[in-house]
Order: sequence, then structure tokens, then C-alpha cells
Amino acid sequence: MTTTTTAALVPLLPFLGAVAGLLLGRRAPGFVRPLAVLPTLAAAVLAAVVAWRQGGGDPLDAATRLTPTGSVPIDLALHLDGFAVLVAVLVGVVATCVQLYSTAYLDEDPRYPSYAALVSLFTAAMLLVVYSGDLMVLLVGWEIMGICSYFLVGHYWETEAARSASLKAFLVTKLGDVPFLIGILALGADAGTFRINGILSAVGSGAIEHPTLIALLLLAGVAGKSAQFPLHTWLPDAMAGPTPVSALIHAATMVAAGVYFVARLLPLFTASAAALVVLAVMAAVTMVGSALAALAQDDIKRVLAYSTVGQLGYMTGALAVGDRDAAVFHLITHGAFKALLFLGAGVVIHAAGTNSLGAMARMGGLAKRIPDAYWTMTAGLLALAAIPPFSGFFSKEAVLGAAEHATGADAHGIPHAAGWTVLVAGLLTALLTAAYATRLWLRAFHGTGPQVADHGRQPAVMNGVLWLLFLPTLGLGLAAWKLPDWFDGRSLTPTLTTSVLGTGAALAGVLVMYAAWRRTAPLAARTPLGAVAADPDEAPYVSEEEAVATHVAAYGHIAGAHDPADPGRLLLGPLYRHAVAGFHLDAVYTALFVRPVRAAAGLVRFLDREVVDTYVRGAGSAPGLLGAAVRRAQTGNVQTYLSALLAGSVVLAVAAVLVATGA
Amino acid sequence: MTGTVALAAQSQGFLSTSGVEIAFLLVGLVTFGAALVTVTTKQLVHAALWLVVALGGLAVEYLLLTAEFIAWVQVLIYVGSVVVLLLFGLMLTKAPIGRSPDADSGNRWPALGVAVAAAAALVWIVVDAFRTTWIDLDGAPQGTTKVSGEILFRHWVLPFEALSVLLLAALVGAVVLSRRKADAETAGSKAGGKR
Amino acid sequence: MHLVYPAVLAALLFCTGLYGVLARRNAILVLMSVELMLNAVNLNLVAFDVWLRDTLHAGQALTLFTIAIAAAEIGIGLAIVLLVYRNRGTADVDRLRDLREDAPGADTPAGDRERTAEAAA
Repeated sequence: MTTTTTAALVPLLPFLGAVAGLLLGRRAPGFVRPLAVLPTLAAAVLAAVVAWRQGGGDPLDAATRLTPTGSVPIDLALHLDGFAVLVAVLVGVVATCVQLYSTAYLDEDPRYPSYAALVSLFTAAMLLVVYSGDLMVLLVGWEIMGICSYFLVGHYWETEAARSASLKAFLVTKLGDVPFLIGILALGADAGTFRINGILSAVGSGAIEHPTLIALLLLAGVAGKSAQFPLHTWLPDAMAGPTPVSALIHAATMVAAGVYFVARLLPLFTASAAALVVLAVMAAVTMVGSALAALAQDDIKRVLAYSTVGQLGYMTGALAVGDRDAAVFHLITHGAFKALLFLGAGVVIHAAGTNSLGAMARMGGLAKRIPDAYWTMTAGLLALAAIPPFSGFFSKEAVLGAAEHATGADAHGIPHAAGWTVLVAGLLTALLTAAYATRLWLRAFHGTGPQVADHGRQPAVMNGVLWLLFLPTLGLGLAAWKLPDWFDGRSLTPTLTTSVLGTGAALAGVLVMYAAWRRTAPLAARTPLGAVAADPDEAPYVSEEEAVATHVAAYGHIAGAHDPADPGRLLLGPLYRHAVAGFHLDAVYTALFVRPVRAAAGLVRFLDREVVDTYVRGAGSAPGLLGAAVRRAQTGNVQTYLSALLAGSVVLAVAAVLVATGA
Repeated sequence: MTGTVALAAQSQGFLSTSGVEIAFLLVGLVTFGAALVTVTTKQLVHAALWLVVALGGLAVEYLLLTAEFIAWVQVLIYVGSVVVLLLFGLMLTKAPIGRSPDADSGNRWPALGVAVAAAAALVWIVVDAFRTTWIDLDGAPQGTTKVSGEILFRHWVLPFEALSVLLLAALVGAVVLSRRKADAETAGSKAGGKR
Repeated sequence: MHLVYPAVLAALLFCTGLYGVLARRNAILVLMSVELMLNAVNLNLVAFDVWLRDTLHAGQALTLFTIAIAAAEIGIGLAIVLLVYRNRGTADVDRLRDLREDAPGADTPAGDRERTAEAAA
């Protein structure tokens, strides 16, 4: 098998698995689990084979044109370079882990077959996006990912939160996808092709006439998909979906697709200084804002969701300073440790019977109950906080190093403002990230209070997946020395300045949070809080579904809780209230979009019901009234009819005579 | 037009009064009067009898118009059989003997209006059209039996035969309509009696 | 003879018959009125035949046909009237009002008769 054929099989296998799973799901329940896991596993293995064969050498290109498609041709094209093959390996590995984890986590869920098929379909679409060498084909995968995401967010559709989250994800990402589509069409029209290679060479020769406009249009789609400010609001709400879905789609892969897309087309963006500044500001606002919001969240998954938004901000920041090596490096490490964190959070939620950090802070011994999740999540949080030697440290240092490099004199084409913005925001976020990671760790695993009830041992496959993901979380940082061979060749190794600054900021964050926690933790005993959903005999997903459904009722807010023991409350002070609500961006959207749309809909409804329908009803009732009048003449008396008939005849005859005689 | 009228008035006179005309007018008045009584009388059987007078008067008018065969047919068919049939009908529907106050329906006044309007229009048109037209009754009579027979069985033989089919159909139809399931003979004999 | 005389007589007879058809209640009287109308037409036919001195005598031939058709009509008509009378117990034209608009029970034949009697009085 050639490398190209192997690469074509990689997206195809999960797709076939999804189709087979959907078709056989009801009739042959026994095949559902193998059909979910095996194609994804095979795709992961094949992706690794492709990566090994490609080996960071020259990009491999293969294209076939099925049919002429008008002025701008569309090819089924593969473009295999170092970025593509390595991201594909990440996607394959995480997807396999998630499928394995789901077999235990969603055990006995009646909707498991469709769930597994959707996850497989999502994996296929993501791999298509990664390998595709043609923007139109990429767009197909992009949209399929979106569809799967909406369906999977709404997996617990019995709960109100999941339904509205699904709808919100759809609306917000579509808000970005429309400009994205326009941008792709404009790009194709300017370059005369949708092939990424052709576009990049057109950029190189200056054939793109409106690079800024196109770049900004594409950025809207990227912001929607990768949850960047101001279109990030759907991602925290999307945590109403099952935890494995959050891990795969909303942490490790799909949200990274936007970053990957910009990395692919980076020369287009660097051609426009304005686009880079916009990207840098977007990244900075996203990083700092999401980190502050994460400090105030009560739902453990929402903390992780905001941290995902922040880490994606790091990636876009790296892209804003023109360093896609650092961006994709951080994408890969983040994909690994964030999947670990989410899957661990699923175990925690099951063991604690709640998703509220406030409730967990009032339980003792959770760490002893689930030692596997405790240790792996500790490693994941250390990676998130960028503490050496975990992988997150190296990739984040690569980003900060790139930003620092961009502030220097020898960065050509990169605005200095972008470099400074990313650098300052990155350092500030490093501090905040360490703080909320510490808060999560302390509150979840070091609560004081009655012992956690025994919900039975966690399924072995779930713990196994956690340890599998622990390996890259710990060791992937070493790739910093190897990856430049696969990528553009920029140095990814930490530099002394940024290492010291970043690690110092992170340690400061840890210490400040620890001090705050020492002050607030004793308050926990005084204010009881929390509602625990204990279903020891059920599959893990049941606890989560109940926790999602009852959070508003039990804690008063979808994201926060009235908990004086929260160290975040102490640190944020007056900001806390706003951070809980994500700085009221949803309220702004409500005022800007929802209310006008509702008012317009009300107006249209009024016009339709009262104005248009009046005519319609009039058109019906006028003949009705006429008919009622005519009906009164229908007496059934033949002589009356005949009288009227003959009278009319006489009148007509007289009229005819008068006309004939010319009178 | 006026010249012609004057010429005609000179030759024959606008109101020339020959004996035939006087007879026609008188008989016509009787006929019209009998017809009026027929449609207004409250006694149903009297209506049938006044109808005999009207139809008989019409037969006389035919004679005065030299159509003798038509006149005899009129007497034979109408006076002889149709009126008899109508009387049978009255009896079979148990029509009341004597004055029945509700012989006219509620539609009387609209009917009167329509009839008067139609009469006015027709008379006006007819008078206006035939004011100056005379029938020449001298010369060979138009409707002798011989002439009628020759014409009927020479030129009109095909319609005549078609008519016989129509009569047969009417006969069968009357039989089918009026026979009871219990005693079919009664209806059969009644339909036969009509012919 | 003046042509106006038979023509006017025919018109008057026709309108008399017309009045009878529209105003009479008993179906057999309606049939009588129809006979009057037919005879008015016959008179017209004969008069115009004589006036025109038609060699084919179309008018007289048509008169004969009309008489025959009138005989057939009276036969069928009477049969129908008898059938109606047998089924309904009445031969009054204005009481055969099954095709009227309102519900059959709303306007009883008795009420109808009273109303008509009032109108006639």
C-alpha cells in the first residue's frame, strides 16, 4: 500500500464504521462496540504509519478530480506534510481513547449506538479536515464536524441545559461559518483554485487582491469553531454534553480545527498585518478573559472548558506572531493533556456524584477513592499550568518564545504590537492558568468533610485510558527537540528568559491560590452546599446527566454557586460576579441580537396574523356572506325559481328588442 | 314604411270588418276569457271544463283560418282525450270538489307581474311588427284534409315516423312510472286509455 | 284578415298559461296551463302558415307534431303527478320542497300551508 492509499483509508475507515454502526445499531447490538472502537483504532494505527512513512520529509500531494465543477475546480486532494500527519495521529489516538472510554462510560445507554456512530463520523470528518488539500473538501469535513458536535452536545436532550446548549452551539458557530464560507469563496475566486498549494503559491506571488478582507472573513469562522472571543460563548455551555464528547470534540480536536486551518494558510494571514493584529488582540482577550472566568466557575467541566478556550488563545497567539510550529506543537500537547483532564473529570463526577467544585470541597477522601484519576489529573493539571517538565511547559514556552521573538527587531512582516500583546497576555494568563488549575486540584481532591460514598470501582478501561494519555502528557515535551524536523524548522526549545518568566508566573499563581485556599477552606464547613446524585449501580453517564440537569436548581446558576469557601471569590473580589457569567457576553448578545430578532419576529407575526391573515380571512368570508345571501333564495319552491327565470327572460328579451330597434 | 301603410289602408282599410274577422274576434274573446277563468277559478274541476271551452274556441279559430284538419285534430285530441285525462288525474289525486281556497300558491303576485310584463312586451312587439299585415283568406284553403295529408305523408313522413317512436317511448314511460307493484294492470289500463 | 288578431290572441293565451304555471298550486292545474301555452304556440303556427301560404305547410305539420308531443307530455306528466301523489299524499307543487336550503324539520309542510294561505288571503 502506498502512503497515499493508506492516508485515504484513514478518514474512510471511521466513516464506514459510522455508517455500519448506524445501520446495524438496532439489529445487532453486539457489533456496536467493535464497530465503534476497531475502525477508529485502525485509523489511528494507519495515521501513525502514514506519519512514520512521511517522516517529516517533503509534503506528499495526491489529487483526483472526479468531475469538472465549473470555473474553479474542486479536487479530492490530500496534502500530507509534517503538520497534517502529526495532527492526524493526535486525532486518531484521542478518538480511540474516547471510544474506549465511552464503552464503559455510556454503558447501557439506549442511545449508545447512535452516539458511537456520531463520534466515529466526527473522527472521519476531522481526519478529512486534517489531510485535505482542497478548501472545499476541508469545508465538507468542517461542517460535518459541526453537525456531529451539535448532536453530541444535545445527547442528554431530556435536560433543558443540553437542548439549549446544542442550539446555542449551532447558532454561534454558524454565525462564524457564514463569513468563513464567503471568505473561502472569495479566496478561491482570487486564487483561481481551492487547492491549498495553489492558494499559497498565489499568496507568494501576490495574486490575492484583498488579503486583509479574506483573512478577517476566515477569522470569523475560526473564532466560531475554535471558540475565540467573541464567539467563544457556546463552548462552556457545550459542557452539557457527555464528558467523552467534551474531551474529544470540545477540547482536543474540533476546537483545534480552526487553529489548524490558520496554520495551514498562515502565509495568507501574514500577508496582512491588520489580520495579524486582529488575531493577536483576539487571542489576548480570549486568554485573559477565559482565565478569569475559569477562576469563578463552579462546574468542574466548565473550568476545563474555559481553560480550553484559553489554551486555544495561546495557539492563535502563536499564529498571530507568525509561528505555526509553536501553535501546532501546543495543539498536540494540549490535545493530549486536555483529553486526559476531561476524561479524568468524568471519573471524578461519577465518583463524587456531582459536577460542582463547591460540593466536592465538602467531601473528604475523593483522592483515595479514585487514585488513578487523582494522579493522572494531577499530571494533567501540572501540564496545563505549564510546570516543567510536563509537556504543557515546553509547548507554552514555545509560544511565549515565539511572541518574544516577534517583539525583537529581526521579525520581518510581523507587527511588533502583535508580539507584545501576545507576550504580555501570555505571561498574565500563565499566572491565572496556574491559579485556576490549583483551585481545581485543591477543591476537587482536597475537600474536607464526610467521606465520599463508595460508588464502586471505576471501570478498568476508563482508568486504562487515563494512564494511556498520561504518557504524552508527561513525555511529549521532549518532542520539542525533534519536531522542528517535521515542521517549518523553527526552534521550539525553551529559551531562558521566557522559561523563567513563565514558570515564575505559574509558580506565583500556584502560591497565591494556595494561600487563598488556606484562608477560605475552613469556611466550607460552615455553609453546607451541594446535591449529590448517587447511582452506584448505574453507568457513569447517569450521574453526569443528573448533575447537569440539577445544577441550576441546586446552586442557583448554571456556572456558579453561592459558596463563600471559593478561593476564586476571594481573589477576584468584585470581578467574581461577572466572571461567573462569562463577563455577561451572553447578556450582550441577548441585547444585540436575540432581542432585535425576537422583536422582528414579533412584528412579522403581527403582520402575518393581523394584516395578511385579514385579507386571507376576508377572501374566505366575503364569498361566504355572499353564499349566505344566495342561500336564502333557495326556498325549494319551483314556482319562485321559474318566476325569477322568466322575469329575467322578459327583461332580456325587451332589452334585446330595444337594442335591435336601436332605441 | 308609412307609404306602404297608407297604400295598404287604402286597398283594404286598417279596420276593415269582414264577417270572418268579427267572428274571429268574438271567438277569440271567448277563448281568452275561458283561459283566464281556467287559470283563476278556485274550483279545480271547473278549471278543466273551462279549459274545454278555451280549447274548443281555439278549434273554431283554426277553422276560421281555413285549417280544418288541425281543427278536427284539436277537437279530437285535446277536447276528447287530454281534458279527459286531466279530469282522471284530478280524481285520482283526490282533488276536492267545490271551492278550494288554496288553489293558488303564494307565488301569485310575482306570477301576475311576470305574466303581465310578458304580455305587454309580446303584444307591443307583435302589434308593432304586424300592424300592416293581412292574411289573404281568399283563394284555395290552406289546411284541407287532402292537402294536409299529402304534405304530411310526402314531405314530413320521416319526422312523423320519429314522432311515433316518441309516442311509444312516452307510452312505455307512463306505464313504468305509474304502475304499482301490487296491481300493475291498473296503471297499464290507464296508460292504454290515454291513447 | 288582419294578422295582428291571431298573433295578439296567441300572445295573450300564452301569458295566461304562463300565469297559470307560476300561480297554480295543484300540479294538474299547472299541466292545464302548460296546455294553454302550447295551444297559443299552435295558433301562431297556423296563422303564420296561412299568411305565408307555405307550399310545404310547415306550420300545420309542426302544429300536428306539437299536438302529439303535448299528448305525450300530458301522459308522462300525469304519471309523474300520480307517483308523487302516491308517495307524498299531495300534488301541491309548493309543498315539494326537499331541495330547499334549511333543514327539513325547520319548515314543516303544515306551517308552509298556513303561510301560503295567509299570503293568498
